[in-house]
Amino acid sequence: MIEGLTRNAARNIFFGGSLFFFLVFIGLTAHSHYYVVTTSTDHAGLTDSVKHGKHIWEQNSCINCHSLLGEGAYFAPELGNVWKRYGGEHSPAGARNALKIWMRIQPTGIEGRRQMPGYDFTEEELDALIDFLEWTSRIDTQGWPPNISG
Amino acid sequence: MRYQTQKVAYPFFIAALVLFAAQVIFGVVAGAIYVWPNLLSEAMPFHIVRMSHTNLLIVWLLIGFFGATYYLLPEEAETEIYSPNLAYVQLGLFVFAGAAALVGYQFGIHEGREFLEQPLWVKILMTISFLMFLYNGTMTLINGRRTAISVVLMMGLWLAAIFWLFAFYNPANLSLDKMYWWYVIHLWVEGVWGLIMASLLAYLVIKMTGVDREIIEKWLYVIVGLVLFSGLLGTGHHYYWIGLPGYWQPVGSFFSALEVLPLFAMVIFVFYMFWRGSRNHPNKSAILWTLGCAVMAFFGAGVWGFMHTLSFVNYYSHGTQITAAHAHLAFFGAYVMLNLAIFSYALPQLRGKQPYNQVLNMWSFWLMTSGMAFMTFVLTFAGVIQTHMQRVVGQRYMDVQDDLGLFYTMRLGAGVVVAIAVLMYIYAMLGPAREQLPAGAPHLAAGGGVKGNP
Ligand code: HEC
Ligand code: HEM
Ligand code: HEM
Ligand SMILES: [Fe+2]
Repeated sequence: MIEGLTRNAARNIFFGGSLFFFLVFIGLTAHSHYYVVTTSTDHAGLTDSVKHGKHIWEQNSCINCHSLLGEGAYFAPELGNVWKRYGGEHSPAGARNALKIWMRIQPTGIEGRRQMPGYDFTEEELDALIDFLEWTSRIDTQGWPPNISG
Repeated sequence: MRYQTQKVAYPFFIAALVLFAAQVIFGVVAGAIYVWPNLLSEAMPFHIVRMSHTNLLIVWLLIGFFGATYYLLPEEAETEIYSPNLAYVQLGLFVFAGAAALVGYQFGIHEGREFLEQPLWVKILMTISFLMFLYNGTMTLINGRRTAISVVLMMGLWLAAIFWLFAFYNPANLSLDKMYWWYVIHLWVEGVWGLIMASLLAYLVIKMTGVDREIIEKWLYVIVGLVLFSGLLGTGHHYYWIGLPGYWQPVGSFFSALEVLPLFAMVIFVFYMFWRGSRNHPNKSAILWTLGCAVMAFFGAGVWGFMHTLSFVNYYSHGTQITAAHAHLAFFGAYVMLNLAIFSYALPQLRGKQPYNQVLNMWSFWLMTSGMAFMTFVLTFAGVIQTHMQRVVGQRYMDVQDDLGLFYTMRLGAGVVVAIAVLMYIYAMLGPAREQLPAGAPHLAAGGGVKGNP
């Protein structure tokens, strides 16, 4: 298959080709960065509360049980669209309230059911977390997930 | 072993094996929580177990790569390691940082991006240790002969360190966060670690077959070329649904499908060379792990990766147990088996012995590999059902999970088998040595190169 190729030619193709594809990749991600900031996300709507919510999300490593936009762990429900699943698009106040209640009644302690830890978040922290989930639910994800189950 | 300082690798391999055992034990605990959900739910909740499992994996694989590099560089460069002391300090620092992170996790001290949970100061210590390693390796290379193997290997490690720097960049915008997160995760395992894998396999093949270096190095360049040509734009297979432009669907699908080619080329490469090689090398277990690595990487990364990489499939399978199935077999085949091949090859020489405990080692190979394969199969079944019920039919996540209990029980069983096999491997490698040379070949020495082909 590669009889005609010399080692030095193979090396040059490797270095040259890799550099080429690397530059194309950088170019496309640069454009994608621009697209995220201008088009697919509410970049201007990144309020302090949303940022704080993302911080709380990370501090508690919710991602090691849940997935968010399909990435993370597979132990607990997808949360990228949990805002919509709780009806946030039609009744934001109701969804916010339901999510707060959900967070407050953990752990359920139900025998034989997966457990989520209980957190004693303040009212403000809960609002921030929910603002973050709400912001996330508005990202243009090319139509993913296929349905509301996430 | 022809150079004194190759022995630097020994403590690296021991540390890696100890952490490997811990990684698998955490895996079994995570698998057990799937089966008995109330287990440890207060003392050590699932997320803590999971981050311990995955972080230990990354840390021991890296320590294994460091050790492998110290082991082969003197032979390749034909000179001693620049500074053995720096190597020991670097190892101490890395192990300390990894252990500190692990202990911290048990007390809820962690950051929150998957695989990058290490607290900032741990990340900084790891970076320092990595830089010390790169300095040491690069100086060795500068002082000596530069072969394709050593250059590609060091290039892979340098690039791994450079992409690691994105672990320090965490934009507030979730889509940007995710986009750059993959610079570390995908560009490691499907990009620059591919250079590490190909060059270490090439080293093992040169040593154990005696085939001409010229030919092997040509293959090496072709393979790593294929890795990067496909793998860089292949990152697009993670960019379908996280808020990035739609063109990633065709681009990611096309290039990530091509990622199968270098994996296939590696299978052909190792089998062809062992077939062609004249040398009847006595370290049969190292040969087995080398061949097994290429084959299982092809299945785990290549076949299981391709299964869900096209965007119209991934739309349904994204973030299900199918991903977990692929992640396990890919990491195991490509990087766990690679390290175990290197250890099997190098440890007899580091301990000044002919290949030993080969039968036990090979039993652990078959047991571990079948265990991981079985785990992958059951997770794949679970994932297909999950994809159908949740993504197509639209049932709720928790309701679907209730129906998958049988698969999770089987996964746990497979995991226990893997854990036993790992302990067997460690005992075979680090325990008392009984030399076992294949009949008819006792005169063959395991070390060194072939005459005229160092
Ligand atoms: C130890 C694992 C674990 C961690 C950590 C965890 N969760 Fe959960 N979470 C679960 C499980 C399991 C469920 C489903 C429980 C049930 O249905 O009984 C759940 C359910 C939820 C739900 C409801 C989803 C739905 O569709 O009904 C929300 C919202 C949620 N979690 C938010 C969070 C947030 C925010 C964090 C981090 C602060 C977090 N979780 C951390 C395990 C976890
Ligand atoms: C060498 C062997 C192993 C390797 C390389 C490995 C690797 C991994 C990786 C990479 C992940 C993250 C998966 C992802 O994000 O998609 C993971 C998660 C996990 N592993 Fe392992 N693992 C190994 C052994 C085991 C064993 C023996 C078990 C025991 C049953 C196990 C159980 C788990 C579980 C339960 C998770 C969490 C999956 C989830 O989020 O639902 N692993 N492992
Ligand atoms: C050695 C090589 C590889 C390793 C170690 C590896 C490992 C992984 C891991 C750990 C994940 C899960 C990441 C997460 O937690 O979100 C993943 C996801 C994925 N991998 Fe690989 N992989 C390899 C090669 C490949 C190849 C060659 C392909 C394609 C042909 C591929 C296709 C995918 C896809 C499509 C996903 C996303 C799954 C999803 O949408 O949930 N992988 N891989
Ligand atoms: Fe990938």
